[in-house]
Amino acid sequence: MTVRIQAEPFDAQAEADALRAGDLEVGAIVSFVGTVRDVNDGDRVATLELEHYPGMTEKALEAIVDEARARFDVRSVLVIHRVGVLSPADPIVLVAVTSAHRGEAFDACRFVMDYLKTRAPFWKKERTPAGDRWVEARDADEDAAARWSPGAGKLA
Amino acid sequence: MRGAPELQTSIVKLVYLARLREAFGASHERYAVDGPTTVGQIREALRVRGGAWATELAPERAVRAAVNHELATAETPVAPGDEVAFFPPVTGG
Repeated sequence: MTVRIQAEPFDAQAEADALRAGDLEVGAIVSFVGTVRDVNDGDRVATLELEHYPGMTEKALEAIVDEARARFDVRSVLVIHRVGVLSPADPIVLVAVTSAHRGEAFDACRFVMDYLKTRAPFWKKERTPAGDRWVEARDADEDAAARWSPGAGKLA
Repeated sequence: MRGAPELQTSIVKLVYLARLREAFGASHERYAVDGPTTVGQIREALRVRGGAWATELAPERAVRAAVNHELATAETPVAPGDEVAFFPPVTGG
């Protein structure tokens, strides 16, 4: 399975090992892990709750992985995204990519994260001393995804 | 489906997520449409309900939509039987 949505934690190293297991053409493994910060926008974050849109989430992530496979010369791609209540330092998301060479693996991993940030239906709600609040989307995330648009060229 | 009652086929399922779900006090509803319509037309019809609907769906508010689990725009057509979701810009990862 190239896409998993789960409440449980994941072991990034074990997942990366499993992804490359048995594939002797793999020369590079790039994995990205996003984690919960304890401070956001100046306030202490006690917990982070992740909501998603069951049914669409899986489809959206699979479409992003398909797009990455079409754009980059990669061997395999894995995305794990957690949902539910998380605490500071908890891992939220894992994107792992294997390829023959590092360049394609780095690019594909970053592409998947940039698209996930703007196209996958997840929402974060923070619990802070000032109360609960929904995290606002950032323009920087839209800009990062837009850089992969046709005509914009690859990242410098 | 020949002969299917029209009432059965003129309904779309609306889904509200995250901040919109909380503001509207509902995660979904059955919504009657008079034949083909668009995401933008449904959004406008919901907005004129007033209250939280008017606030959250005001034209200047960033609201995203999906039709049958695919990201959509205001112009995306909606047919009876479709599932239309409204939600804030996503913040995962």
